[in-house]
Amino acid sequence: MSVRRLAAEQPEGFAFTPENLEWAKAQIKQYPEGRQASAVLSLLWRAQEQMGGWIPEPALRYVADMLNMAYIRVYEIVTFYTMFNLAPVGRHYVQVCGTTPCMLRGAEDIKDVCRKAIGPKDTVSEDGLFSWTEVECLGACVNAPMAQINKYYYEDLTPENFESILKRLRAGEDVEPGPQNGRQTSAPLGGPNTLTDPALYTNDSSGAEPGSAGAVLIDASAKRPGAAANVREAGVPKPPLDKSRKPKAR
Amino acid sequence: MLQDKDRIYKNLYGLHSWRLKAARARGAWDGTKEMIARGHDAIIDEVKASGLRGRGGAGFPTGLKWSFMPKNDARPSYLAVNADESEPGTCKDRDIMRHDPHLLIEGALLAAFAMRAHTAYIYIRGEFIAEREILQAAVDEAYEAKLIGKNNVNGWDFDLYVHHGAGAYICGEETALLESLEGKKGQPRLKPPFPANVGLYGAPTTVNNVETISSVPDILRRGATWYASLGRPNNTGTKLYCISGHVNKPCTVEEEMGVPLRELIDHYAGGVRGGWDNLLAVIPGGSSVPCIPASECDDLPMDFDSLKAVNTALGTGGVIVMDKSTDIIRAISRLSYFYKHESCGQCTPCREGTGWMWRVLERMANGEAEKAEIDMLLNVSHQVEGHTICALGDAAAWPVQGLIRHFRHVIEERIDAKATKPISPSVPVAAE
Repeated sequence: MSVRRLAAEQPEGFAFTPENLEWAKAQIKQYPEGRQASAVLSLLWRAQEQMGGWIPEPALRYVADMLNMAYIRVYEIVTFYTMFNLAPVGRHYVQVCGTTPCMLRGAEDIKDVCRKAIGPKDTVSEDGLFSWTEVECLGACVNAPMAQINKYYYEDLTPENFESILKRLRAGEDVEPGPQNGRQTSAPLGGPNTLTDPALYTNDSSGAEPGSAGAVLIDASAKRPGAAANVREAGVPKPPLDKSRKPKAR
Repeated sequence: MLQDKDRIYKNLYGLHSWRLKAARARGAWDGTKEMIARGHDAIIDEVKASGLRGRGGAGFPTGLKWSFMPKNDARPSYLAVNADESEPGTCKDRDIMRHDPHLLIEGALLAAFAMRAHTAYIYIRGEFIAEREILQAAVDEAYEAKLIGKNNVNGWDFDLYVHHGAGAYICGEETALLESLEGKKGQPRLKPPFPANVGLYGAPTTVNNVETISSVPDILRRGATWYASLGRPNNTGTKLYCISGHVNKPCTVEEEMGVPLRELIDHYAGGVRGGWDNLLAVIPGGSSVPCIPASECDDLPMDFDSLKAVNTALGTGGVIVMDKSTDIIRAISRLSYFYKHESCGQCTPCREGTGWMWRVLERMANGEAEKAEIDMLLNVSHQVEGHTICALGDAAAWPVQGLIRHFRHVIEERIDAKATKPISPSVPVAAE
């Protein structure tokens, strides 16, 4: 378990954009009548994306009202599920996997790069561009060490190539996700020694999907059909924080 | 050694397209209608005959699990596909979902039909955003082609939804997954009642792993005899193995059940860094199983029963290799931290025990412990194991027990080397 609390400073209110509202209503329809609470994770996730990477307290009440849930139930959920950020994060939110398979292959060095290039853990850099944290196994162990930056996985990292990724992101460039050492997804480096029989593919001349060396699309590429659930909202400006205002008592 | 023609996942590495047209060219969705025409029980019998055992870790016979679903029940039945892959060392379902999603969708239709369910949810872990995008697009393709949905060409009304989690390892436990699907915290339920009687929304539900479900279409297409001819008795078929850690070329590969561990490491993963003699230990089935020392790795078949015989388990097939440069205490301690972080907090032995074990292991890694504490740690691990609602308590205890069973001397040497003033075990340490 980990200790998770809402941020002290919260914006005044929250509402879905009309586009997100429509999307949310479609999500709720996936579940049987009276079971709309099932949509809570995806709605909260969408709220987090709309806010540029974190969930403010008014969004909890907004989602709870929408799904007819008690506020406390939604509060429980955002504090339980660790992908919900309860305080603002950087424009590029770097999550370094630190669990044993990544640790064995040098996750500590990757964390050092973060400390040097970004600053202390869980702290947004002064320019607002970066923040980083250590997370538990992200499920890309054969491509260790790896980090998730916003939506996508950057795999087979070394301190050198990771530094260069951060530098390019800082310069506003797009960096192709996936393995950073030129290998094909989870195949062994240098190419697989299985699935080489051409008879398997006599009818399939498709070839790899574009960009399939890793994640299939990057923020800059065109949206795929059906990708609606994962659209990253363009950086939403953070609401001005009124330092004099105390967190709302409810 | 498994031949290419016997592989189920022909696009494991994404060298070809995952889209419907290409998937069909590789054999997916071929004869699905005829398979459904065979009837519910025929499919269950075929899966039983194939000997398929669940690929999510526990290895429960899949056909048998399906047969627990009630046949005449007024409530709707559900299939939940467990795609919450988060076991450290495991990354196989990810490759299925991003490179061969149509095998999963077809398998979900067949499994749902076998257990008379018209609705299935795929619960994919929240971090797999790229995979979710592809899976959702593939589901949309299948709807578009009328392969699934109402009045589809296969003759069984079937709705399939992709549902995502938000970063909780515990939601890979089947009842926690159902809680999470219902929009609650992912805290496991007491069993019984089992999900086959009271599952999602109080209705009969079966939860199956992605790899299990996606091997079903090929089993039915090519026959139970073909599948059962692969592997060893009671451990049939093929399995995706993920070889990570200190190997030259970490990779995921599909092999027969019972493939020797050494062949996986040497032939597919380019060998242990620094050669086979540099091997220290292997965690053979994802972080939750006890590690085994190099001395047991020479002729070890990788299947459920063989690994059980050496006091470990096949788990998910995530092989974590550690060479002699590894600080094994630190490596296991990091796993303990993982379990401490992921404990849902419901049962006291796990909530308190995982943090306690981690703190003691951290001290041991620094050599700042007493030798008597090794037995105390072992004792506490046994008090966590088997005393919790779900298996996370066991999963947290086993790596610690494996460490003490095989590497007690390393802990003792480190304590001796440090030879500092022992820390009193009565120092109060707050729980997290």
